[in-house]
This record gives sequence, C-alpha cells and structure tokens, in this order.
Amino acid sequence: MEVKEKNKKTFQQSNQNGHSANGSTVNNKRIPVLKTYKLYINGQFPRTESGRYYKLTGHDGKVIANICRGSRKDFREAVVAARKAQEGWQKKSAFNKSQILYRIAETLETRKAQFKETLIIQGYEPHQAEQEVYAAIDMLVYYAGWCDKYQQVFSSVNPVESSYFNFSFPEPTGVISSIASPLSGLISLVTAIAPAMAGGNAIIVLAAEKYPLTAIDFAEVLNASDVPGGVVNIITGHSKELHSHFSSHMDVNAMVYCGSNSEELKTIQTNAALNVKRVVVVKDIYVESPYRIMELQEVKTTWHPVGV
Amino acid sequence: MAKQGNRKNVKLKFDTQWKYAAAPETPDHIILADKYDLFINGKFTPPQSKKYFDTINPAKETRIASVAEAGQADVDVAVSAARNAYNKVWSKMPARERGKYIYRIARLMQERARELAIIESIDGGKPIRESRDIDVPLAAAHFFYYAGWADKLDYALPGMKAEPMGVAGQIIPWNFPLLMAAWKIAPALACGNTVVLKPAETTPLTALKLAEIIRDADLPPGVVNIITGAGATGAAIVNHPGVDKIAFTGSTDIGKVIQRALAGTSKKFTLELGGKAANIIFEDAAIDQAVEGIVNGIFFNQGHVCCAGSRLFVQESIASTLLRKLKDRMETLVVGDPLDKNTDIGAINSREQLNKIKSLVKIGINEGGECYQSSCSVPSKGFWFRPTIFTNVAQSSKIVQEEIFGPVLAIQTFRTVEEAIEKANNTPYGLSGGVWTDKGSKVFKVTSKIKAGVVWANTFNKFDPTSPFGGFKESGMGREGGMHGLSAYLK
Repeated sequence: MEVKEKNKKTFQQSNQNGHSANGSTVNNKRIPVLKTYKLYINGQFPRTESGRYYKLTGHDGKVIANICRGSRKDFREAVVAARKAQEGWQKKSAFNKSQILYRIAETLETRKAQFKETLIIQGYEPHQAEQEVYAAIDMLVYYAGWCDKYQQVFSSVNPVESSYFNFSFPEPTGVISSIASPLSGLISLVTAIAPAMAGGNAIIVLAAEKYPLTAIDFAEVLNASDVPGGVVNIITGHSKELHSHFSSHMDVNAMVYCGSNSEELKTIQTNAALNVKRVVVVKDIYVESPYRIMELQEVKTTWHPVGV
Repeated sequence: MAKQGNRKNVKLKFDTQWKYAAAPETPDHIILADKYDLFINGKFTPPQSKKYFDTINPAKETRIASVAEAGQADVDVAVSAARNAYNKVWSKMPARERGKYIYRIARLMQERARELAIIESIDGGKPIRESRDIDVPLAAAHFFYYAGWADKLDYALPGMKAEPMGVAGQIIPWNFPLLMAAWKIAPALACGNTVVLKPAETTPLTALKLAEIIRDADLPPGVVNIITGAGATGAAIVNHPGVDKIAFTGSTDIGKVIQRALAGTSKKFTLELGGKAANIIFEDAAIDQAVEGIVNGIFFNQGHVCCAGSRLFVQESIASTLLRKLKDRMETLVVGDPLDKNTDIGAINSREQLNKIKSLVKIGINEGGECYQSSCSVPSKGFWFRPTIFTNVAQSSKIVQEEIFGPVLAIQTFRTVEEAIEKANNTPYGLSGGVWTDKGSKVFKVTSKIKAGVVWANTFNKFDPTSPFGGFKESGMGREGGMHGLSAYLK
C-alpha cells in the first residue's frame, strides 16, 4: 500500500480548517502550533543525541516536519532501556499484559481521527487511512487476547519414560530490535510491536522512514496506555544507516525485519551470527497469527522428580 | 573445627581398599569392515574423491577402519539422490506408510543394540554402561517416538497445514554419534523430508551401521544418505543450493560460521550449540543426592556434553561439606577401558580434544584457580583425563566463561538466591541448568529464572524423546525432541 506523492498535504493545508487564505492577508488566520517530533526511548521523548534530522516533505516540496535522524548511540541507549525493562514486563501477569495491550487499542480508538489525519498528511488516501487505523486497533485487540492463551496452546506436559514431571512452555526471547515495513504508517508499527510485546519481550523499532509522524504519535499512545517505560522504544531515521547496528548489537536477542531490501536482509542475517541472534522476516505485515508471537519465544523444558 | 578434622580421618578410602575385577564386554562378535564407503541412494558407494581417512579407537590409539571422505562431487550426488527421493517417493507416500518405515528402523536398532553400543564405545571412547543404557536405547526410542508422529502432524501445529521442507542437510558431533543421528533423522523423516547426514570424522562408525539398518529396513533409496568426511564435507552440505534446511549440532563457533554462510539464502536452519550450564546447590538440598547430580552433570560422557553442568554454584554455608563429599566421590570414579562395565569415565574422544582440555586447565591454573584431580590411575596408551575440579575461580576466569567439553568443573559459591540466579545467567550460553533444593517453591522460582532451554530440578542430564531440547541465546535456536521438535522440519 504505497501511497502516492500527490495525495500528500502539508500541515498548513490540513490545519486551515477550510478558512482559505489567498495569501494577501494573514491577520485573521490562526497560526497552527507545529509539533516537534522526537524519539521515544525509555518512556521519554528525547531528541536524537546526534543532533541530526531529515526533512519530511509534502508533494509540493513544503516541509511537513524535521524528523530526528536517530543514530547508533540512540539505538544503543534504547537497548539498555529495553534490557532493563524486559524482565519486569515478562514478570507481569499474562492478564495484566493483556489489559495493557487492550488499553493501547482503547487509546488508539479514541484518537482515530488524529491518526487518520496524520496518515493523510503523510500521503494516504482518506479511505486507506481509515482502513489502516481500524486494522491497527483490531490487531492490537487480537494480540491483547493472545497474551494469556498462547502459552496454553504451545505448552506441553511430556510423558517421559522415567519418573519425572516434565513440561515445556514458551518464554520470551528477550530484547528484540525491529525494522518496520517502509510501506505502511501504522500497521507497520503494530505488527512489529504487538506480537513481541504480547510474548513478554522488550522492543526497539525503527519506524518507516516515510511515516515518522504516526510513529511518534503512536509512541504517545503507548505512553498514555500504562506501557512501562523501555518496553517499547521507537526510533526514527534511515534503515540504510541503522540496519547493521540493529543486527550487530550483542545484547539484542532477536531481530525482526519487515523490509524488502535483500541487501539489507543479508547484512542483518550475517551480523546476527555474532551472537546467534534469531532473525524473523515478516513478509506480510497484515498477517495476524499466534506464530508471530512464537517466533519470539524460547521453549523451556523443566524436569522435576516424582517421588518422596 | 576439631570435629571436622575427625570426620576427615574416618573417611572411607574406596580407591585403595576395594579394587574392581575387570568386567569387559566382549567385542569378538562385532563385525567391522576394514573400509567403509558412502551410503548414497540406498547403496554403499566408493567416493568420487577417492579419499579415505582412518577412524581410531581413542582408548588404544589403534586404527579401526578407513572411512570415505566425501568431496563436493559426492555431496552433489547425495543431495540429488535426496531430492529425487523427496520428489518421487517420500513426499508422495501416505504418511502412515512413512511412519511404518521409521518404526522398522527403531526395531532393527533394538535388535542390534548390543552391537551398536560396543561399536559406539570402541569408536568414541565412552563407557559401555552409557552407550548400552543411554545412547543406544534413547536413539531407538527417538525413532519409535517420531514414527508415530508421521500421520498425526496436523495436530502438532494448530491452525497450520503441516508441510515438509524438502531436503535436510544434517551435521552432527562426536559426543553422542548414534543418538544425534537419531535426533536428526527421525523427526526429519516423520515430517516427510529426505536427509543427507554427515557424522563427525572421529566417530563415523555407528552412523554407518545405522545406514546398514536403513538399507535393511528397505527404505526407498535416497531417503536417507549418510556421507562421511570432515569440515569441508560439512561446508559443502551447508552451501549446497539443493538443500532446503540445515540442522547442525556442534560448537557455537562453527554454528556462527554456518549462520553466516546461510545469510542471504532461503535455507531454514536449526542450531544446537555449546553450553556452560550452571548447577546450583542450595543449602537445603539433599546433599548426597546433589553430589551424585554434580558427578553426573560434569563427568557423564567424559564431560563431552553440550549441556554438562560445568559451572557449580554452592551456597556458602554448605560449601566445605559439599566439597569434601565431592572429592571423596571423585576418588571412587573408575577411569579406563570404555568396554569395561565398571568404567565411569572412558577415553577422551580424540587427541585434539585432549589437548584442548589440557590447555584450558593450564590456563585455569595460571589464572589462579585451585585445581584438584582424582588420584586414579589411567592407562598408559590412549587419551585420558582425570576428573578435575577448580575452586578459587571468578566469573571472569576463562574456565568459567568457556566451554571446556571435558571432565573439568569450575566451582563458585553464593549467598542469596538472587546472587545464584545472576551468576548462573552471566554467560552468553543458555542450554541447560540445574537446581538442587528440597523446597518446591524455590525450585519453581529458580528454574523459571534460569535462561536456558532445559532445566533439571534435583536431577541432571536426563533426556527423553518426548522432551524438547535446545538452547537460549548463543546455545542455538530451535528444539529437538517432543512435539516442539517437529516444527524444525515443517514449513
């Protein structure tokens, strides 16, 4: 669902509320307040430490916003935050995790108008934008529901020959880095975040380069939905620059790649060998499946003697 | 203190007072050829490479047989035989019939169990007690377990249609030669894949015996191909474009090489790599049982075990008692002839491995570790290493960080549960772990916090076909065994 450049509107256009300005008189026109877009790391919204930015422009060449061009160091700080947050997130009860994911859906539902509008600004057709927001909300509800169920579906009690009680169940892989699909503004994020989160992992996502506004708006939704700081971290920037860092970091346990650049993927898979990182390639970001959760799980088997 | 001194004086001296009479298993009924060819397309075929290498008995340093070294051309033939068998026969056969072939393999292995156990001990050096009671029966049980899955796969992955991957290239290590072959071949066949398997160069014989069994079971030609060789042969399998899936068991270093080699390809892979398992003994543990568990954890199969309990963590309050009991127990371990039924610890698998163990132990001593070895005698010929423990080591010591793959244990102490968990998880590995305590709730807390694929509570080194096995972190990815082991061979 690549969107056409011509559909892009600028902030100025969309904030004029229909009061057209023919340019000559500015006195009566309300000047909209522009938003500064920053990163989302450890539950806070810092600027990139690098001080770099890239311009997001509309079809008319006008600047929509200056976007933080996240750096390797931003990513590394996000990994530290994610590692710190992961154990606490894993430890929360499945019911609690489920409620928090559901809460994200609730918060997003109340802001659907805002997200629709922001998607349109970034080039979506109105009906596409609406579909995207609805699909994102529904996907969050879907994974919220899995939080306390996938363990039952994928666990087993194993009938071993000797006198032991032996069982296997999935545990989170840990800290996950993820490169969102460049082709979508909101589902790209939800599909990178929700299954990983439902499975008790902490995540660092690189947002789609062309859709950074919805990414940071979504960070605000997360921040308002009882998601503990550090569990989800969102970075904006260039996949071309960051994919090698996302895949080579030694404290990242798995990486999810939703892009389609085979060069990037090869580098990621090569770097992943540094610490036997699991690499998950997501080809269809609209797929909803418990196997998306299981891709980021480790099955643990425990043996207990039976006897006195 | 005086009391403890007294206790020391009255300890039983098993080593000097009681000698065991030799009880060797007779190998005279074992028929081994002088030369073994490659098992490709249902037949033993001489290698196109025309090269052979010797496999030796590590307990005697004598040559047992020559084994073919598969080159690139041989790998090509094996892969195309597997592809052909997959396309024309195996993927088309009703699943139930496929299962019946696998059951046949299990039964034939049971019938030839004694022979397989003896060859395993001769070729690899492991005590006959282990090859007879663990390796061979478990291998047969693995085939038996997965045979039954063949026509039930749709129940294994809910909501998914179970489909085979195609041709599986499988590379296995020398520590459990036949058992690893079973872990690899059985689930692959049950899921409808065909196989090219390479056993380790120091222990090819039981895999070749398994090839005979597969031939005798009348499996369609090409469904299982067993080709021998060293690293280059393995690399040729990994890099072969005709292979859809790679399954590897071996060191983390080679696992990383394979993962890198597969980058940018569409091949799936599972890796079963190294470990440095923590075995944690709490003060409320049944101490004599714990000592048995420690011994089994590190000295089982000469310590050539990826999930060996090679890091011992003892709660400080019981450390001196436990250490004394452990040293006493070590004195009773019989090191020697693998074919002797009294033997606890057999021969180190190869000279290369022996040198690796020696050099790491030397590093341990140089780094300030306190080394204690059992006083047992070892035969003059062959590759041997006495059971060894190290105290006074730190988390940063090389022998605490690195996998030794030998009968060498690094011992540290701890005070609190949290400290034990933190130290246990302070490793890039995550294959296994052990917890010893009499308190059930503590068992559950600690086992749930250890980041490892298999955790044993009040036991160690237990295996079963129904029980998934595999690592967290740098110990690999994917599971072998149980229902979870099927997904490694299904799309």
